[in-house]
Amino acid sequence: MSPAEETQIGQSARNGWLLSAPALVILSIAAVGPLLIVLVYSFLEGGKHGNVVWNFSSEGWTSVLWTKDIFSDSYMLADAHLSIFWRSVKLSLLTTLITFVVGFPTAWFMATRPAKARAFWLFLITIPFWTNILIRTYAINEVIRNEGLVNLTLMQLGVISEPLKMINSDFAIFTGMTYVYLPLMVLPLFAAIDRFDMRLLEAGYDLYAGRWQTLRRIILPIVKPGIIAGSILVFIPALGAYVTPRVLGGGKQMMIGNLIELQFLAGKNWPLGAALSLTLLVIVTVALLYYVRVANGEKRHG
Amino acid sequence: MADDVAIAARNVVKAFGQGATAVRALDDVSLDIRQGEFFTLLGPSGCGKTTLLRLIAGFEMPTEGVILLDGQDITYLPPNKRPVNTVFQSYALFPHLTVADNIAFGLQMLGKPKAEVKARTDQMLALVKLEAMAGRKTSQLSGGQQQRVALARALAPQPKVLLLDEPLSALDLKLRQAMQIELKRLQRETGITFVFVTHDQEEALTMSDRIGVMSHGKLQQVGTAKEIYTRPVNRFVASFIGETNFLPAVAEGTMARLSSGDRVALETPAKGAVTLTVRPEQVRLEPAAEAGGIAATITNLVYFGTDTYVQMALSDGTDITARVQSPVTGDLGLERGGTVGLRFTTGAVQIVGD
Repeated sequence: MSPAEETQIGQSARNGWLLSAPALVILSIAAVGPLLIVLVYSFLEGGKHGNVVWNFSSEGWTSVLWTKDIFSDSYMLADAHLSIFWRSVKLSLLTTLITFVVGFPTAWFMATRPAKARAFWLFLITIPFWTNILIRTYAINEVIRNEGLVNLTLMQLGVISEPLKMINSDFAIFTGMTYVYLPLMVLPLFAAIDRFDMRLLEAGYDLYAGRWQTLRRIILPIVKPGIIAGSILVFIPALGAYVTPRVLGGGKQMMIGNLIELQFLAGKNWPLGAALSLTLLVIVTVALLYYVRVANGEKRHG
Repeated sequence: MADDVAIAARNVVKAFGQGATAVRALDDVSLDIRQGEFFTLLGPSGCGKTTLLRLIAGFEMPTEGVILLDGQDITYLPPNKRPVNTVFQSYALFPHLTVADNIAFGLQMLGKPKAEVKARTDQMLALVKLEAMAGRKTSQLSGGQQQRVALARALAPQPKVLLLDEPLSALDLKLRQAMQIELKRLQRETGITFVFVTHDQEEALTMSDRIGVMSHGKLQQVGTAKEIYTRPVNRFVASFIGETNFLPAVAEGTMARLSSGDRVALETPAKGAVTLTVRPEQVRLEPAAEAGGIAATITNLVYFGTDTYVQMALSDGTDITARVQSPVTGDLGLERGGTVGLRFTTGAVQIVGD
């Protein structure tokens, strides 16, 4: 290679960096920057009225899992935090599972309609996206609260004499999240099933597979990318959910999102809030890595 | 019923749609397919041949009639309960499985022991010469290789009948010819009854033990390739299989008078107005001066390499084509506008219905 050519390649490499600079600047300001601030704050001392004092402290991180006994100065496991973590993971997993169980037949139904009808069903699925999540959550509240639709109807019918206590519970949060996140599961599933070659079903039946075996051995493995995408799209926002547990959990049944908000506002403990935010990030990342690895157990080809 | 019948269809009707708009894809079809034979359903698209195949496979249920397998009524048995496998036109290979797993699928679904599945899969891989591809995904294979996987997959469970739905139509000419030979070999080696669907008459003629010609939902004729070619029962069969001449005539016992007034001998005596058919290669040409020949004027010569088509008009203008070996045209000094005498090979003239 001649020196001239080398200079040219060097130049085009420099030009490449120059051209991608705007994107890099925006990325670092919008994504890396805030994360760095949160990381730094989590290692500082909290101020009395919120904010931070610029002294190094590991108190924020310690408080994620441990709580200091006010009398003896000894540390105990923070049961409250642990139960909130557990509730967040449990409800998010449950929501992902149920949105899949409900969403798969829905997506299958939509994908097997004639093209015209399909557009109509897709339209219906996307309508909830036009409505603010707060309003959708209050709608669920209206359905399941003590004087809500379900209880009134059941009492009118004489099925129950006392209203069923559904609101302000894990059940309420789970119901709300399932409703809110269902379209996020249906859409990627629909896209995957739409690409599925229905002639493979006949091949399966022809080769002695029953309905259940055809579903398990042929359909599910082939639409797996859609299942993975849908599960990720539901699980991640569910884990960080804030509005739904706030409205339907009644402030007592908190999830991680509510706990973080509590630390930044009422609790005035910014370092703990920052540490909790990063904890959530770590949980999401670990869950994602684990899920993608399990889901891609066998390597997929081209 | 004879013991050697593998598949029998009895008065099968398949109608799609309801009431007045219903379309009869199959209209009262009865058929016996013998044990171990290579049977071809031949016909133009929309003739009902694929519908009949799907009824045998179990993907569709007939509107009327029954289908028997080895004498057992299987009309309403679901596909996964029939010892019948299909090679699909699109192959329908499972994209998420390797070649070996595709072939093993049917055996696994039948609950065969692991060792048997493995042994049988290896055996099938060897049969279709794909041992080296066992671990590949099917999307990494060429069209011909995918075809062979589809064959091996359908043959692995040792079905009583193998159904093939235009399996060669997606391949190019050379590969198609190679696969025709391959299919024949597989059929001979496995001894399994093959039911092959095609619209390609040449394919049907070269491969089949017997052929069923279909048109408009009806079975027109069943017979060996030779029977169908030399003794077509009607106009449709005569024109669909190979090329032929149709000559309107009046039969008078063992002779028939053509519209041009010329007389030809009939193999089977008949009376009244008939349509005669004679294949172009059965029309022999001779110099016009010779006695006994039918006089014709040459309207066109079409050169096809070894053979030449000689298009002629009889004295009343009836068109007739002869297929002669190209050197003959020179020997006889044939040229457009010239006159020639023609004669039909003994037994070549057949009466066909409409």
